[in-house]
Amino acid sequence: MFGPLISKPGTSKNNKTGSWRIEARPKFLQKNCIACRLCILSCPEGCISGEEKNTFICDYDYCKGCGICVEVCPKKDIEMVKEDLDLTKV
Amino acid sequence: MSKPLFFPGHTACAGCGQSLAARLVIEAAGPNTIVVNNTGCLEVFSTYYPLTAWGVPFVHSLFENAAAVASGVEAALTYLGKKDKVNVIAQGGDGGTADIGLQALSGMWERGHDVLYVCYDNEAYMNTGVQRSGLTPFNSDTTTSPVGTQSMGNLRPKKPMPEIAVAHAISYVATASVGFLQDLQRKIKKAFSLKGPKYIQVHAPCPLGWRHEPRQTIEVGRLAVETGLYPLIEYEFGKLTGVRKIQPKPVEEYLRLQGRFRHLLNNPQAIKQIQEIADNNIDRYGLKIQL
Ligand SMILES: Cc1ncc(C[n+]2csc(CCOP(=O)(O)OP(=O)(O)O)c2C)c(N)n1
Ligand code: SF4
Ligand code: SF4
Ligand SMILES: [Mg+2]
Repeated sequence: MFGPLISKPGTSKNNKTGSWRIEARPKFLQKNCIACRLCILSCPEGCISGEEKNTFICDYDYCKGCGICVEVCPKKDIEMVKEDLDLTKV
Repeated sequence: MSKPLFFPGHTACAGCGQSLAARLVIEAAGPNTIVVNNTGCLEVFSTYYPLTAWGVPFVHSLFENAAAVASGVEAALTYLGKKDKVNVIAQGGDGGTADIGLQALSGMWERGHDVLYVCYDNEAYMNTGVQRSGLTPFNSDTTTSPVGTQSMGNLRPKKPMPEIAVAHAISYVATASVGFLQDLQRKIKKAFSLKGPKYIQVHAPCPLGWRHEPRQTIEVGRLAVETGLYPLIEYEFGKLTGVRKIQPKPVEEYLRLQGRFRHLLNNPQAIKQIQEIADNNIDRYGLKIQL
């Protein structure tokens, strides 16, 4: 056999890229959401989840704060807010 | 939600178009897929050894030979009688595809392997610091086509990779874009409905190399298509079967969002040259919506 081999899938989850955010984070307002799922589709980290209207949220352990979800939301129901270091523990 | 096939925790830059496209490609292909990846940003940021973002079997080849390695994987699956149950993807960046990997890719097409090749076209060698490739657009500023008193940037137009693929008489050739994500996923599914070699080239904005804001990745991708600079086209068995129609926007709307084209702004002659490239595409593929 040749290596190096990695035998377990998805171990990148150990790498908490949320620490990369320095200035801003998305805030999911959960007010006018129509559950179109465009934010889930468009997040480069694949870290947004939600099913019903007004339940969508991202995992701040991985969110890099790129702002793409804010741009694609047709209801302007996600906005960028100043990074609050206390909130990183949510 | 079904199990992820491409996990968070990868180390792509914030807003990386290639990381977004790669996740949607593997989600559309499904869990019974083996991926072979050329060296480049995608391989580097998704296999941060000893960690991996992949939820499917993944082979890192060399920079130039994903198509050859994927050919071997496909031949082995065929020998074992398992090919009907497993999809094989070979993938890499524009440099790994259109330049150094073109020989291996041409061989894969010629031999007729049942493999989908996905080229993530971020229009330069990003992982090594934004050097020009055969798919870098005309007059783009890169570290090996720098702008200066004697230079407007990259001297050559994009290599016509989709046409080169079509000339190999393969079953499916398409261009796609991070600006049109559902269209990208439909094309991946379409490719796997056909047997034989397939080629999909995905325009993948790179905030670092193109010098745009990370949040603009999808907008920049859309504008490339809507100006006619990156036509979305599909060929089945050599015949043009699909074209995304547009109401063409001036190329300036696309150029002005990106630092790599900043030197062209306020230079009407330079913008006209880029507009001509778009107009040629619009003509050639009949891109314009007829009202
Ligand atoms: C034979 C060989 N030459 C050079 C390199 C160095 N190298 C690694 S990645 C890379 C650039 C990849 O560019 P591209 O294929 O466009 O992918 P991107 O990083 O832009 O996604 C280069 C030159 C290598 N790994 N192997
Ligand atoms: S800001 Fe970017 S990384 Fe964070 S949830 Fe939105 S799209 Fe995902
Ligand atoms: S350099 Fe470009 S392609 Fe590479 S990870 Fe960063 S944004 Fe993605
Ligand atoms: Mg590249």
